[in-house]
Order: sequence, then C-alpha cells, then structure tokens
Amino acid sequence: MSHADSQNAISIRNLRKTYANGHVALKGIDLDVKENDFFALLGPNGAGKSTIIGIISTLVNASDGTIKIFGKDAASHVYEAKQSLGVVPQEINFSQFEKVADIVMTQAGYYGLKGSLARERTEKYLKKLDLWDKRDNRSRMLSGGMKRRLMIARALVHEPRLLILDEPTAGVDIELRRSMWEFLQEINRNGTTIILTTHYLEEAESLCRNIAIIDHGQIVENTSMRALLGKLAMQTLVFDTVNEVSTAPQFNDPEVRCQWLDSHSFEVSMSTDRDINALFAAFNEQNVLIKSMRNKTNRLEELFLSRLKGQQTAS
Amino acid sequence: MFANHKYIAFETILVKEVRRFTRIWLQTLVPPAITIGLYYLIFGNLIGRRIGEMGGYPYIDFIVPGLIMMAVIQNAYANVSSSFFSNKFQRCVEEILVSPVPNYIILLGFVAGGMVRGLLVGVIVTLMSFVFTSLSIEHVWLTILVVLLTAMVFSLAGFINALFANTFDDISIIPTFVLTPLIYLGGVFYSIELLPAVGQWVSAMNPVLYMVNTFRYGILGSSDVNIYWALFMLVLFSAVLFAVALILLRRGTGLRH
Ligand SMILES: Nc1ncnc2c1ncn2[C@@H]1O[C@H](COP(=O)(O)OP(=O)(O)O)[C@@H](O)[C@H]1O
Ligand SMILES: [Mg+2]
Repeated sequence: MSHADSQNAISIRNLRKTYANGHVALKGIDLDVKENDFFALLGPNGAGKSTIIGIISTLVNASDGTIKIFGKDAASHVYEAKQSLGVVPQEINFSQFEKVADIVMTQAGYYGLKGSLARERTEKYLKKLDLWDKRDNRSRMLSGGMKRRLMIARALVHEPRLLILDEPTAGVDIELRRSMWEFLQEINRNGTTIILTTHYLEEAESLCRNIAIIDHGQIVENTSMRALLGKLAMQTLVFDTVNEVSTAPQFNDPEVRCQWLDSHSFEVSMSTDRDINALFAAFNEQNVLIKSMRNKTNRLEELFLSRLKGQQTAS
Repeated sequence: MFANHKYIAFETILVKEVRRFTRIWLQTLVPPAITIGLYYLIFGNLIGRRIGEMGGYPYIDFIVPGLIMMAVIQNAYANVSSSFFSNKFQRCVEEILVSPVPNYIILLGFVAGGMVRGLLVGVIVTLMSFVFTSLSIEHVWLTILVVLLTAMVFSLAGFINALFANTFDDISIIPTFVLTPLIYLGGVFYSIELLPAVGQWVSAMNPVLYMVNTFRYGILGSSDVNIYWALFMLVLFSAVLFAVALILLRRGTGLRH
C-alpha cells in the first residue's frame, strides 16, 4: 500500500457500468477523495452519480474497475470497506411499518453492535438529528425532511469514517437544509470524510472544498471549489482579424491570457467583471485589426447555466 | 466480521422477523388456525366418521399429523417469501446489503424466522387437534426433527422464491401451482396404498410425501415410506436449497443490478 493510497478515503479507478438493458451509465470513472475532505459530486440527472454510489455500497455490480476504501481494495476487504462506510441513499429505503428507533437499532445490529451500545448510539444520533421525540412513531408518519434525517441517523449509527449522501437535500425545505448543512459540517470537522451528490451548484459551493463534475457517465472536471468558481467567472472571447497574425497579441496584464488559433483568429480569456476596452487599446498598439468578435461559452458554463439552472428553476 | 458480531446480526434479523409476523398476527397466525380447524371439523370429524379407518387408524387420527404438517409447510414458506419480498419491495433489504452481514447469516436469519412461524403455527394447530382427538406422540425426537427439517426446507424454498420475485403475484404463483398440489397429493388426506402402482410411483417423487409420512410415523408409529430414507431426503433437500440460495445471494440475483 503506497502512502498516497492511505491518504485517500476513497480511490476509484476505471469504473464502468453497463446496465442489463445495455445502457452505459459509467464510462471509466477515476476519482480520489482525500481523508477528511468535504467533497461534492455534481451533475445533472442521469449523469451516473447514484450508480457510482450504488457500486461503492455494493448495491450495484460494477462492469469493470476498482475501488479502494481507506487504501484497501473494497472487493477483497468487504468487511472493512463496509464497516467504514455509511450511505444515505437518494430514495427512501426503510420499512414504512417500523418505528423510527427500531429502524436505527436494527441497523446497529447489522453492524454487530450490542444492545446497550446500540441503544446509546440510537439515542445519540436521533437526538442530533432532532428525531428523538419521534422515536416511537411509525416511519411512514414522518415528513420528507424527517425521513431524510432518519436515513442520516441510520447511516451514522456505526460511526463510519466515510459518509456518502446521495442528494441529501432533495425535497427538504430551505430552513431545514441550512441546519442539515451545519450538522454535516460539524461531523466533517470531527473527522468524518463526506461525499455528497447534488445538482445544485449552490449547495456544493457553500459546503464543499473539492468537487468533481460528472456528465453522461464521465468526470468532466475535478478540482477545488475555489478553482471551479474561478473558472466559472472567466469568459473567453474569440477575435477574427482583417490582417494576418502570426502570434497572439501581447498583454501586460498577467490575468488576461491570450492564445493564437490560426492566421486570422485568436482567443482571449479573462474575468467576466473586467472591461474589454483595454484589449482594443493593445490591439491598436500592435496593429491588429479586428473584424469580428464573439463570446465562446465554455463547457462548464454550458453545463451549469443551461442545464443545472434550468433544473433548479423547474424543480 | 467477528463471530459475536455475526451472532448479533443473526439475532437482529430473527427478532425483526418474529416482530413482523406477530405484529400482523391477524394475517399470519389466525388464518391457518381457522383453515386447519375447519379441516379437523369437516374432514376429520363429520366426513371422517363415515370413512372409518385409513392406514389402520381412525380417519381423524390419520389426517391430524398431515394437516399439522401442511400448516407448518405453508406458513414457513409464506413467512420467508412474503417477508423477504416485502424487504425487496420497500428496498429496506438494502439496509442489510450495505452492512457487513455475510450472506449466510442473512439466509440463516430469514430462514430461522420462517421456521419460528412454521413451528408456532404447528403448535397452535396441534393444540387445536386435542378438541377432536387425543393423540399421543410415539417418537418425540423424531417428530421434532422432522418438523424442524421440513420448516427449514420450505423456508429456504420461500427465500429462493422471493429472490426471483418481481411482483407480489410472483410469490403466490409457486404456492398455488406447486406447493398446494404437492401437499394435497403428498399423503395428507390418504394413504398412498390406495393408489394404483403408477400413482404410488409418481408419489414417491413428491418430497412432501416423505415429510408427512415421517411426521405421521413420529406421532402414530406407522408410515408408508422408509423413515431413514425420508430423513436422508430431508437433509439432502435442505443442503441443496441452502447452497442454491447462497449462490443466488452471492450473485446478487434479484437484489443487485
Ligand atoms: N437499474 C437500471 N437499469 C438501467 N438503467 C439504469 C438503471 N439505473 C439507472 N439507470 C440509468 O443510468 C443512468 C445514470 O443513472 P443514475 O446513476 O441514477 O444518475 P444520477 O444519480 O446522476 O441522476 C441514467 O440514464 C439512468 O436512467
Ligand atoms: Mg441519483
């Protein structure tokens, strides 16, 4: 086991999934999440987020690829992998006929926790998630937000080192969303690595340090939240020239990047909140005659502004 | 997983299973008591008096062991098939699948739950039989052994049925089209001596015949079949079904996409 592996809470290589109906859901995912990270997996509906989580939690069989959890191969160290993993699924998956406390107690039993310890943990997490008053209610009587919180309590009862939440705030109202975020930040500070999937950029932005973006079963971006926001704040302008240009024009400003495309065009990348007058001053100085100019939308922006925002307003 | 953790996991599944069928006792414990009670009354008592003897015993004495066995078989099977399928249907089976519980513990937990229900119903209908006749048990240990093995075989079969089932219909098809004919033609109501040679030969392939007859031997002391052969068959059936269920669980049949 290399040192780099031991720093990763999870390490995924070449993960592929073709469902029985022939649908290719994952096309070779590589992903590393560092221990203690708060990581977002962001992508539109159908991108493959739940499929990845399904494979990690052994509910979906991978077609190919490997997963290491805290440095150990999950296929050959099933017990350790499962013991260090807590999963909050996207869909409600507890019995509708059981009582709230019984659901958490039973889960503790599956992890081999004895009666007294199981009761202690059940009380601790039901209290933390504001469900202690509801402990004797049948689970179907809970509101949507409470059901989601019950699944979080259930996932934490064996105190996993890695908690994965699949769209945890779907169907949870804004107020409760904030308190759930605070709770997740607290357990993250106390040493639990957290991965959550979402299709709200805002959610990822306010919680996560690192982010991967998945679309059509492929990771299209994997970076820090800060770098991503920086990228989103960039615009790229493509200029076509009247005269021939052999190199890209030069700018004194290091934050403006310029790239030569061909004899009659080049592109300039810069922050969206800067004015472009300075560009034209430089072009004049260097005898570059501009014929036309257009804004090139980058792939990320396309993904977020059109699709993600579209879904956000639709839902 | 440590041995004591496995035991806790097993106990957790078993307790949950018992809690389930006792919570819905009106659907799980009362119907077999009523059905079997009616059989005692109508076949054993009213019609049985006209029939006279069967296999050398008063008809009521002949069918009581068969009917007890029928109740055990049906309830063991129904408990595991409907409980495990409803775990699949409500997706709460995922709670177990994501946890470190090994497959054989999952299987043992559900099978034990089915056996407890089968035995409990068996005890209920046995107590009810005292209203109609007073049987004493000839071979106590054999009787207990046969009931346990039979409950296990049909709990395992119910588990496999639930693995393959996609709808609630799928868990009633096998009981209706396979289980009921096997039970009714398995010597519950008649001695196979009544059948022509071909009928006896076909009946010999019916596993229920061995269970019913060994059980009847345990209670009355007489049987249509060889007891050792029957016990061997029961153990063999249990082993094969257990292995099949484990292989299916490992493959994730009906559970993992
Ligand atoms: N059991 C399944 N059989 C076939 N296709 C599936 C199955 N589950 C998911 N898919 C498909 O795989 C793709 C990825 O789904 P999913 O992982 O749920 O995406 P996400 O969670 O990002 O919304 C989708 O196109 C979905 O329709
Ligand atoms: Mg999803």
